[in-house]
Amino acid sequence: MNLPTLESINLLAVLPVLIVFGWTLVLLVIDLFIPSGRKYWTAWLGILGLLGAAVALAVRFIDARGAAVTAFDGMLTVDGFSLFLQAIFILTAVIGILLALDFLPRHKIERGEYYILLLFTTGGMMIMSMAADLIVVFLALELLSIPLYILTGFARPRADSEEAAMKYFLLGAFASGFLVFGIALTYGGTGTTSLVGVFNQLAEGEPSRDLALVGMALILVGFGFKVAAVPFHMWTPDVYQGAPTPVTAFMSVGAKAGGFAALMRILIVAMPAVGEAWGMLVAILAMLTMILGNVVAIAQRNIKRMLAYSSIAHAGYILVAVSAAQRPEDAPLAVSAAIFYLLTYAFTNLGAFGVVLAVEREDGSGNLLEDFAGLGRSKPVLAAIMTLFMLSLTGMPVSAGLVGKFFVFQAAINASVGNPWILAAAIVGIVTSVISAFYYIRIILIMYMQEGEPQVVLKPALTVALALTALATLILGIIPAPVFQLAKDALLTLVG
Amino acid sequence: MIPLHWFLLVAAGMFCLGLFGVLIRRNVVAILMSIELMLNAVNLNLVAFWRYLAPEHINGQMFAVFVFAVAAAEVSVGLALIISIYRNRDDVNAGDLNLLKW
Repeated sequence: MNLPTLESINLLAVLPVLIVFGWTLVLLVIDLFIPSGRKYWTAWLGILGLLGAAVALAVRFIDARGAAVTAFDGMLTVDGFSLFLQAIFILTAVIGILLALDFLPRHKIERGEYYILLLFTTGGMMIMSMAADLIVVFLALELLSIPLYILTGFARPRADSEEAAMKYFLLGAFASGFLVFGIALTYGGTGTTSLVGVFNQLAEGEPSRDLALVGMALILVGFGFKVAAVPFHMWTPDVYQGAPTPVTAFMSVGAKAGGFAALMRILIVAMPAVGEAWGMLVAILAMLTMILGNVVAIAQRNIKRMLAYSSIAHAGYILVAVSAAQRPEDAPLAVSAAIFYLLTYAFTNLGAFGVVLAVEREDGSGNLLEDFAGLGRSKPVLAAIMTLFMLSLTGMPVSAGLVGKFFVFQAAINASVGNPWILAAAIVGIVTSVISAFYYIRIILIMYMQEGEPQVVLKPALTVALALTALATLILGIIPAPVFQLAKDALLTLVG
Repeated sequence: MIPLHWFLLVAAGMFCLGLFGVLIRRNVVAILMSIELMLNAVNLNLVAFWRYLAPEHINGQMFAVFVFAVAAAEVSVGLALIISIYRNRDDVNAGDLNLLKW
């Protein structure tokens, strides 16, 4: 029995997440002394904490120079992959807070707990990206999910928010039941919970491999729910529609990226020995997800619901990249394509929800497609920004979305030599991207071609968030190379 | 000594009972109880695997403790949501949660 030492715990390596959690706990107390009506102080203090974490992350990135270390006796891995994803989570949280800043008082649901819960779930996501042990995966997933259940119901007693929270909670708990059963079977098959141990056992070709295979399938089901992959997507449209819009924006990006972080680490790092099995399953899931998400989105009248189906479809594109990583030699390119896609999707989707938020009215209405009519005339800049986001979600040139899709399909076609499933997934992806143009471009047409008087409320915080996301979408679309190089250097590693 | 697969069969049976309960029960509280049954099946599995396969490391036992700690946290949020809905509607039937669809 070796006791943990200061080196093996390695607190410095996980400083960003420690700052987030520590500062949030302090904020929980500070919030008690902030008078109601001035809760924006909590929000700004929260952003301050996130900036502190970002600085720690940058220092860590420069210090590490691509080397991976473990913390907490091999329970966490701090590698390039986790650093890149942590940067995405911190960015998402900052923009998520900016989006909520004037939305909450406008809808009379301003409470300091909002920001605190948001910071807790951000911390959960950050741990998720570092998890190197199945126990930590489970804990981080719950740490991510439970605050999100509460945030979804934050607009209570509005009936739709409560209902969305209930549905999210029941299906989320149900899904984590599957996940943890899968983890238990993997543990039974390999006798260890650490990902390194699972990797070693599977590589030796243990006779109990079957048990681990069943476990892998159940883990896939559990994460399928989290990232909203078909056929586990049922909750997504209802929850996205019912939740307060800033929460929808935040979780459509954060929860998805968190789910993919752990899914990729488990499949690609710990289970390359059964790569063929999960590669095929993931490719099939990806095809179903892209087809259903894109086709059903066409029929939607409510923009939050439409963006929910769009977010299902985008989970499909990322799954294509995950399936392309089934052979270890293809994995680095596929993983960097997936995380780069997550980054482009984060900016674009947060921005699109920001515009939805500006058009939404105090009573919660104003979410129908028709409510965007006339935006092109009354608010030309806002309409132009929305056009940019819609083009980026479609994958049109001069936007981040095109570059993200390009790298994903490139990785898939590279990996598809001798593997028809990945090739099929890539082809379905390209065809469904074309289909998706129909419903994204419809919004642009409604904004510019139809007459209407949209009521737009644009406060400074929202303007900053929109400017940030629009700029990032443009810059990533025009000069993606530097950031993609970062994603390429962000290797997913096996250490322990 | 009782062989390992007996434990696994009981656990699998419990998991399926829980699954069945989630799918057929209409009352939200009963669904929550069924989910707990699924998690308890997992705990049984974990402890059995720990005892038979790797008793020298404490991982399995620790994991079971974490599972029920997390389950308790989840239930507290779930019950709060149920009470909040009950105040609004005087009823917690899953079939009546139908404001949001299509």
